Formats: sequence, structure tokens, C-alpha cells
Amino acid sequence: MSEPKDFVAGMESDYRKAPVRVAFVTRRTSPAVKYHDEEYVMSYPETLLRAAVAVEVLVVFLVWLALLWNAPLEQLADPMHTPNPAKAPWYFLGLQELLHYFPPMVAGVLVPGLVVMALVVIPYFNINVEADGIFTRNRQRRVTISSVAIAGLLIFLIGFEVYVALPAVVLIAVLLFVAASTPADAPAGFRRWLRSKPLSFWIMTWFLMELMVLTGVGTFFRGPGWAWVWPWRG
Amino acid sequence: MANNVGHYLEELHKTRLWRSMFRSGEGDSNLHRAQAVQTNVFLHLFAVKSRRRMLEFSATWYLGALTLGTFMVLVVTGILLMLYYHPSVPQAYADMKDLQFAVSSGVFLRNLHRWSAHAMVLLVFAHMFKVFYRGAYRPPREFNWVIGVVLLLVTLLLSYTGYLLPWDQLSYWAVTVGSNIASAVPVLGHKIRFLMLGGNSVNANALLRFYVLHCMVLPLTALLLIAIHFWRIRKDGGLYTPDKSAKEGEK
Repeated sequence: MSEPKDFVAGMESDYRKAPVRVAFVTRRTSPAVKYHDEEYVMSYPETLLRAAVAVEVLVVFLVWLALLWNAPLEQLADPMHTPNPAKAPWYFLGLQELLHYFPPMVAGVLVPGLVVMALVVIPYFNINVEADGIFTRNRQRRVTISSVAIAGLLIFLIGFEVYVALPAVVLIAVLLFVAASTPADAPAGFRRWLRSKPLSFWIMTWFLMELMVLTGVGTFFRGPGWAWVWPWRG
Repeated sequence: MANNVGHYLEELHKTRLWRSMFRSGEGDSNLHRAQAVQTNVFLHLFAVKSRRRMLEFSATWYLGALTLGTFMVLVVTGILLMLYYHPSVPQAYADMKDLQFAVSSGVFLRNLHRWSAHAMVLLVFAHMFKVFYRGAYRPPREFNWVIGVVLLLVTLLLSYTGYLLPWDQLSYWAVTVGSNIASAVPVLGHKIRFLMLGGNSVNANALLRFYVLHCMVLPLTALLLIAIHFWRIRKDGGLYTPDKSAKEGEK
């Protein structure tokens, strides 16, 4: 009639991992204790040395770039003579590409403003902190909502003739469909991995794809008058 | 050879001058290693110990450290470039030509600054996406993520303000295109643009403003935020490690 024990006694035998230590892990033990069986190393020199080596490799690479390729320098600035096309720095060419489709208020202010807002608030929503697979709960309802959202997005993009943004939407839609149709007991692999991905993953991945597509199109596929050009012709 | 160097280093560490600067003392016990971090104002931003599994390349791709690396290269090359640069029209462009033809290694200096700037923008984006996909923004690290987003914006502004400084056709029209976007802001648009450029178009005033922002205001802001960014990693319990046991329980 003894009371059931609510702890287990254990001893770490690897002296390199831990000095001899007895831990009593009870059911009431705070969750933080679970994390303490990590192996630690001294930041100096282990971490700092590795970081220094990484930075040195990078510097060698940058020096190599600087020796091989010259930074562009054109004629003296001339306010009277506008080059065609006049392009912003490459990291703003995604925005400039958007300006081609939408009024400046939308493409230049609303979209970047919303993107920054969206990035800032990511960690403040519990749905992103828990990060459960998007279709693991309320599957039917969520499939309906995402279908409507994607259809709406496609109609919107076609309405504004933003055809370059369509492939990423279609790709995400296909992958979402695969995720939704994967059963919970599917064998571990790509489909199970897709199934475990939360809402924020899908939005961020779509954003990353569009960012690369728009920047790439703005950089390489736009010529005089922002007309479409093939970079390998002429 | 290596032994000799080690010997000299040891001797150096014993000198009175060295010991007056670095108070971790001699020896390489873990206590000394801890003190090397704790007693150094810069290293003190980091934790004394790190999780071994976070040192794996796959954990972080070292993107944060590499971004800091580009920033340091940019500070050094930037200061050297400032020695040869006048933020006035049209002298700024003449200085570019001097860098190209008269200054020793001037071309190399400008190239290194330029490519490092591009690399930094790329790395900041890569760092952000890597952190996102690792889920490392989770509490208690939320505010460090926010600081990171601000650092992304500061990096873009640094790069954008630097773009104008050569005062050639490329920089002039790129900044004109960029500043026109600012005037799309409702009500305040033109005022913001005027404040940014010190006039209604990109001119000598704009060059001076961008120069001050590029060489003083933004780098100092970035430096301050970088320090907080690193310090908060330590304060938030080191780099984020997904709890493996919890993950397995889920499956």
C-alpha cells in the first residue's frame, strides 16, 4: 500500500557531459528543467573562433569579387537627361515592378507598409507561436477558406494583369492541396512535412517567392518604357 | 614553429601590460575562458556558454555573424573612402574618377565597399528568412525579431543613401525613382520628399543629407541596434533550439 513514486532517479554516466549529479524529475518540475540536459561549450573560444572563421571566409570571397568585378560608374549625373529605363537599386526593383501594375499609393506605400507590419507582428500571434499544421484542425473549414483566399488572389492578380505573380500562387495552391489531402498517418516524408506546416509558413513562403520573382523580373526582364525584354536577346 | 608562436603568446599573456588590459588571467581553464568573455565589454554581449548543437553550420548557416562581418568590412572601407570624398556637386563625381585613376587601390576599395553592401542586403534577408523558418521568433525572443526587422530597414536605408553618393547617372536616377515613391504617401507625401531631399528634386542638398545619413546617423543607429540585438540573444537564453522531445511527442 505504498504511495506511488512521482519521481524517477537517474544518473548521467558520461562525465564529460555532466559532473556526477542526481536529478529528481517530478511531475511538478517546471518545464525549464527539461532543457538543461543540453551539451554546452565555452563561447570563448569555441563559438567566437567559428564565427571569426566564417567571417574570414566571407571576407576572402568579397575581396575576390572586388578584384574581379568593378563597381559600375556611369556619366556625371545630368538632371536634363533621363535614362530609359531609370531603375532603382535592385532590392527596390520588386517595388518598382509593383508600381508598374498598381497606383503609387498601393504599390509604394500600402504594400511595403503592410509587409513591414506583418513581419513585426509575426511573433505576437499565438497561432504562429504554436505553429500547428494548417489543416490539422477544422480541416474542412480551413480548406474552404484557403480555396476562397487563393481564388480571390488569382482573380485580383489577373484583374490587374500581374501575370508574373501567378506561378507562385499556383505553386502554393498545389502544395496546399497536397498538404490538405495528406492523412495524419502518412509515412514520414515530403507530404508529412508539408502537412505539419503552419499558416505563417505558407504566407511567408509565398511572400519569399513573389519577392524573388518581382525583383528578378524588375532586374532582368524590363527594358525601355518598362516594357518586357528577354535578357538574352540583344 | 607553432610551438614557438604559442610560447611567445604565453609570454605575452604574462606581461604586466597584457594583464592590465585583459583581466581573465593566464591559463586555459573554463573559469579563465568564462572570464575572457565576462571581463570584456564587447564579448560581454555574448553568453559565456553556447549550446553545442547551435554551432553546427546547419543550425544558423552563421548568417548573423556573416551579416556582422559585412557590416565591419563596410565600416572600414567606408571610413577609408570618406578620406577621398567630398559631398558636393560635381566634386563628388570627380572624386569617383580620382578613386578610379589616382588613388592607390581606389578601385579595389570602392569595389569592396559596393559588393559588401550588396552582400549585406542579401545576408540580412537570408538571416531573416532562416530565423523565420527555424521558428526562432517565438517568445521570449519576439522583441529581438522586431529589432531585426528594424535593422533590415536600416540596412536598406544605408544602402539606398549610399547609392546616391557617386553622383553619376545611375545613382541620380535610382534615387529620383525611389524618392518619387515617398511622394505617394497621402497628405504628407510631398512634405516627406522635401524633408528627405532638402528640396523638390535630387540636388546638392540631397547629396549632403544622404551623406550625413549614410556616414553618421544610420551607421550609429545600426551599431546601437546590432549591440542590443546580440545582447538580447544572451538575455533571451541563447539561440533558439527547437525542443526535440516535444516535437517527437507531436508525431
